[in-house]
Amino acid sequence: MFAESDLNARNKRVQGLFRMLFLMMTILLIVPVAIILFTLVSKGGSVISIDFLFTNPTDGMTAGGIFPALLGTVWIVAVALLASVPLGVAAAIYLNEYAGDNWFTRLIQLAIINLAGVPSIVHALFGVGAFVIFFGFGTSILAASLTLAIMTLPIVIVSTRESLRAVPQAFREACWNMGATRWQTIRRIVLPNAISGILTGVILEVSRTAGETAPIMFTGAAFFLPFLPQGVFDQTMAMSLHLFVVATQVPGVPEELPFGVALVLIAMVLIMNSISIAFRMYLRGKKKW
Amino acid sequence: MVNPNTNLEVETEQVAVAEEAPVKLETNDLTIKYGQHTALKGVNLEIREHEVFGIIGPANAGKTSFLKSINRMDTFDTNMSVEGQIKFNGLDVQNLKNIYALRSRIGVVFPLPVGLPLTIYENVALSPRLRGINRKSELDIIVERCLTRAALWDEVKDRLNSLGSLLSGGQQQRLTIARALSQEPDLLMLDEFSIAVDPVTTMRIEDVLKELKQDMTIILVTNLVQQARRLADRTAFFLESECVEVGNTEDLFTGEVKDQRTRDYVEGKFG
Repeated sequence: MFAESDLNARNKRVQGLFRMLFLMMTILLIVPVAIILFTLVSKGGSVISIDFLFTNPTDGMTAGGIFPALLGTVWIVAVALLASVPLGVAAAIYLNEYAGDNWFTRLIQLAIINLAGVPSIVHALFGVGAFVIFFGFGTSILAASLTLAIMTLPIVIVSTRESLRAVPQAFREACWNMGATRWQTIRRIVLPNAISGILTGVILEVSRTAGETAPIMFTGAAFFLPFLPQGVFDQTMAMSLHLFVVATQVPGVPEELPFGVALVLIAMVLIMNSISIAFRMYLRGKKKW
Repeated sequence: MVNPNTNLEVETEQVAVAEEAPVKLETNDLTIKYGQHTALKGVNLEIREHEVFGIIGPANAGKTSFLKSINRMDTFDTNMSVEGQIKFNGLDVQNLKNIYALRSRIGVVFPLPVGLPLTIYENVALSPRLRGINRKSELDIIVERCLTRAALWDEVKDRLNSLGSLLSGGQQQRLTIARALSQEPDLLMLDEFSIAVDPVTTMRIEDVLKELKQDMTIILVTNLVQQARRLADRTAFFLESECVEVGNTEDLFTGEVKDQRTRDYVEGKFG
């Protein structure tokens, strides 16, 4: 009764073939990541030490540590988040919870998609024009962070909207039917259930912000500074620019130094992403429907 | 001096008052459209205080649309438009400025229970909280009272802090009813509440509704004609976007109907 017919056999062969194909593609995806990590660890692992992380560069940046760049990146990321998260989350809430489907909201969505497609060097030039010159912030952490904030806004808006959309409409209507206003519904029902997705988007943004070079090199990141930033109007060194500099701009840098810098940068991003994933799993475990 | 005619008039008037409670809800030429499609046309109804008003009819007759128009759910759906007049407590619903107050006076229960992603306690405490009641001692009383009235208290009193969505379907529907009662509504609208509920639970909820009638007006939309017969004082029959007829429930079932279609439906010949 369950004997295999020719058609069954053929279906099984084809199914096996596609399974292999998709598996190969998946493996192909992992290969570059593995090679990058392996190269960085094998070539740059030797320079990593507590001293490397917490001392200033010396000898025309051919020796010493990376502390000013590390601290600078933390500054830039933190200020960028302070600007982009409230703005992006608020915009996403408006678009998903309040706005109707009309030409105005469609225009805004088009603008967001386009903003995501603008090359980072264009953002950099915009940042110079707007924040450095027009608003008079000068080349500073503030100008660099605001430039990055604008560049990463689409990530925050899109990921926030996605997580708001994942909250079933029936919950909203049940709440409205009790006489709740839109805001009461958002605060008591929608946001508590979307927060895990929103935070995931924010952490993704962090890793993007930490790695960007072009938008900060004209707006706030410095080639070399002998002192640490004291506030948002100071210039600062940054990991991404520092990597560019030691890899291409300074003669006589020992070969393993740029790899070490790259390793620290990528470790920062990976740690951020791991936190994001762990956090999402924790919140998902608490999911309520 | 005593005129026998005047006496007679007074008597008839008294009888009329005793029979007819004040009007709670009134519709005049109510028409509901979704885009080009007409869901309900020209409905004129009067629903009186403290009555259970049944609405029966097959699918797509406009029963749910009728309920939606009453608490202004047309604002959720840009496609839905309501014409004609709906008066709730004598106030024109369409031109009401404060629709939040309107909705808070009307409890709604839909066919499928919507357990909000909150604990059982918070599901019932939400509406009081929206009204500004935040003291735990007050909320405790409201939660216990509403869950008791919805015949759910005994089953959940030991796990009020577990999630409402973990309850069974029938329990969730009673939770939804408890939540509607926590609004302390004037009007309770139930839309085929028993669809996802087992027969035993259905009978328990029906018993609850009979008691609730003393405190509020109830509109019961159902596709179970026998349920309407068990519960409703008066019943309207909706068919193909029209209100075919309204009458005392018993009249509809004992053949005292004006329209042959009503008799056919009640006797199960179609629908």
